[in-house]
Amino acid sequence: MANGAVIEQNTSTLWGGGRQPFGASYGKLMMWFFLLSDALTFSGFLTAMGLYRFKYEETWPIAENVFTHFPFLHGEHPLLFVALMTFILIVSSVTMVMAVNAGHHNDKKGVVLWLGLTIVGGFTFLGSQAWEWYHFIHGDKGAVIAQDNTVYYLTEAGSEGKILSVFELVTGEKKPHGDHSEFTTEQLRNAFAANGSATLRLPGKGDKDGVKILSRKEAENVLASAEVIQGASLRANEYGNVLFADFFYFVTGFHGTHVFSGVVLNIIIFINVLMGTYERRGHYEMVEKVGLYWHFVDLVWVFVFTFFYLV
Amino acid sequence: MEAHAHHKETFITKYIFSQDHKMIAKQFLVTGMIMGIIGVGMSLLFRLQLAWPDKEWLILEALLGKWGTDGIMDPNIYLALVTIHGTIMVFFVLTAGLSGTFSNLLIPLQIGARDMASGFINMLSYWFFFASSVVMVSSLFVESGPAAAGWTVYPPLSALPQAMPGSGMGMTLWLVSMSLFIVSSLLGALNYIVTVLNLRTKGMSMTRLPLTIWAFFVTAILGVLSFPVLFSAALLLIFDRSFGTSFYLSDILVAGELLSNQGGSPILYQHLFWFLGHPEVYIILLPALGISSEVISTNARKPIFGYRAMVGSIMAIAFLSFIVWGHHMFVTGMNPFLGSVFTFTTLLIAIPSAVKAFNYITTLWKGNLRLTPAMLFSIGLVSTFITGGLTGLILGDSALDINVHDTYFVVAHFHIVMGLSAIFGLFAGVYHWFPKMYGRRMNKNLGYVHFWVTFIAAYGVFFPMHFLGMAGLPRRYYTNTAFPMFDDLADINVLISYFAIAGGIAQVVFIWNFFYSAVRGKKSTANPWKSNTLEWTTPVEHIHGNWPGEIPEVHRWPYDYSKPGMEEDFVPQTVPMTEKEMETGH
Repeated sequence: MANGAVIEQNTSTLWGGGRQPFGASYGKLMMWFFLLSDALTFSGFLTAMGLYRFKYEETWPIAENVFTHFPFLHGEHPLLFVALMTFILIVSSVTMVMAVNAGHHNDKKGVVLWLGLTIVGGFTFLGSQAWEWYHFIHGDKGAVIAQDNTVYYLTEAGSEGKILSVFELVTGEKKPHGDHSEFTTEQLRNAFAANGSATLRLPGKGDKDGVKILSRKEAENVLASAEVIQGASLRANEYGNVLFADFFYFVTGFHGTHVFSGVVLNIIIFINVLMGTYERRGHYEMVEKVGLYWHFVDLVWVFVFTFFYLV
Repeated sequence: MEAHAHHKETFITKYIFSQDHKMIAKQFLVTGMIMGIIGVGMSLLFRLQLAWPDKEWLILEALLGKWGTDGIMDPNIYLALVTIHGTIMVFFVLTAGLSGTFSNLLIPLQIGARDMASGFINMLSYWFFFASSVVMVSSLFVESGPAAAGWTVYPPLSALPQAMPGSGMGMTLWLVSMSLFIVSSLLGALNYIVTVLNLRTKGMSMTRLPLTIWAFFVTAILGVLSFPVLFSAALLLIFDRSFGTSFYLSDILVAGELLSNQGGSPILYQHLFWFLGHPEVYIILLPALGISSEVISTNARKPIFGYRAMVGSIMAIAFLSFIVWGHHMFVTGMNPFLGSVFTFTTLLIAIPSAVKAFNYITTLWKGNLRLTPAMLFSIGLVSTFITGGLTGLILGDSALDINVHDTYFVVAHFHIVMGLSAIFGLFAGVYHWFPKMYGRRMNKNLGYVHFWVTFIAAYGVFFPMHFLGMAGLPRRYYTNTAFPMFDDLADINVLISYFAIAGGIAQVVFIWNFFYSAVRGKKSTANPWKSNTLEWTTPVEHIHGNWPGEIPEVHRWPYDYSKPGMEEDFVPQTVPMTEKEMETGH
């Protein structure tokens, strides 16, 4: 027959049959393929976000102006807290590596210690995310939303677009830490009229010259029909384009759900370790499998962090 | 897994919550057939409407109730029927019914494994599919009617519950059903992939896999990579529907009221959807092509022509399927340059497809043909694959596509190349492996009747649609009576509907043949088709674990038919190489 090539007797090759390629169990392979699949789900979301981000560059908020809080610290600390969150999550990946390593040596105490620390890291991350959401939902400086749903920040002419909070403009004082007082559109208009140097700017990157600041006249025209907006929801967002808030809630929420499932899986495995299930089984492969999942969730966060906060 | 064989099986663990791949395969097949009856039945109803728009059909009132008052079909239910027909046929019949059945049945049997890697996950896969089917069927009975935005459920029609009756509860159930379906498909696919990679018997190298297994394997990988993106699209859609986000929505006016949604684009949904949608075409088609490779080679008593080219073209088709989705969107205002890129990648698919078509023909060439019903359906598949593929060249070219986009030309194209080819593959598989599934033979003469009526009716339905499309008749229209320029086409629509009814009746023959033979059919021998592959070395009566003794070892590829110097015209894979074969190397 013409097909001589297919009848080699070589059964010792990687794909020869009768043995596991790479020595990887089917369970581990399943986890890898599941992660591949999940990666594409996240890619779908992040690609979609990228699409809008570049479409609405002028109104897309800059992360440094959005995430400025740090617990127990006054003043502005752009991206400091999210850096800490990221650090915690990456450290929890390190402890997971240690747990898997201890599992390879059948060291039950080691697995308990390191897996336990991973679970603590996971919960800490989730708590931090809740804190971050809380501040995002309540808002920070407040802004105005025009009739066409464009959001403008308050600023002062000559300050290179430094954002002025609604509180500061209306009361003339510095906004106290943790203040959530609400202001009416009427109050804002009056304060705006009283402060001759106040004007508006767009949230996003402008052209080469930096942010786009409106002239006093343009600002007055916008304000005539605009309203105060404080806080961010799925329908309106004081930081700028509403799609930023939509994607922020959706993607970090979807990732948080993954972290939460990861913590739950880790706890289940932790209990099994404590009960000696894997000791009796003779190997700790289950720890390795949840480890794969955990590293994946961390890796996804690196992408989420990059696309939402850094670039 | 051998330990499992000794477990006591109750009725429930054997027939309902079974973890045995052969039983799960039958469950997929029967569920798929029931869904198929519903899907085809719907198409007959809207064919009545299209051919005789003013005629009163009492059957419509009986079946559709308030949607068919006085025997006249309501436009809303027409759209809903088209939508659910598409959804059911694409996902429930040709994805789950085809892959679910034959991947489950054949992967462990043909690679020499006791069962799937994880019987439990396999069982979950079926039951998620079952739940998904139940939700989809139940959406037919809600007050506002089932989803009606087309099987692609484009927003804003699908994103605004107030847009039309079918956008309400029916659409919600559609999304729930599809979410369950995606879970089922993911669980199934993970199992198929790792089973093929890890559980092959001794000697079963990847280059000795039957082409069926290659097709199922690549199909599963396609599913793992493309369904998650549909999942992304569906989740964002659910948020737009229920939580007020604006991912796909902007500047919408419904009944005089301006919605607050701002900034989103429905085109984004189309990109995400078709990133699944196009690979989905091959998720449907590849298993049918794999089945045909096996059936044609066995029944031509010849080795498959170009085994490696077949494997290569399966992989090439799979790869290309991920970079052509834009050809569904040529009229969305796409940049013409991008359109030309998608045209280029799309037309590239013609190369591996042509390799496959020619390999089938060269396998048939001068073969010792046994025209069993399975063989006829496989040859029918080659025919429809070529006919439909040729119009694919027209639709893949952006400059030509614009002229016939969203007309019946498109309907003709995808029904022939994807619908008919895949369903012919499914029928071929059922006729060929029926003895393996039920230990009995199907009635051959009824099979011939089924094939010839189906084949002629299928071309009778879809071939004239090319002319309708070229005349400009748009798809998805409830009726064309309001457009005088289409008056001349009314007769063609009547002709198509006659063929559709004939084709529908032919399926009754099949269903009767299937269920009658499953109980009363002629008892089959262990290897009725004198085939080489491993599944025919198992006993006729199913046992858990497939082989009573050791798993057989494999010594050769599966296509040694009519090999010179051999006693019989087939050499099963379990037969060791003779000394002469070893010497000559083939």
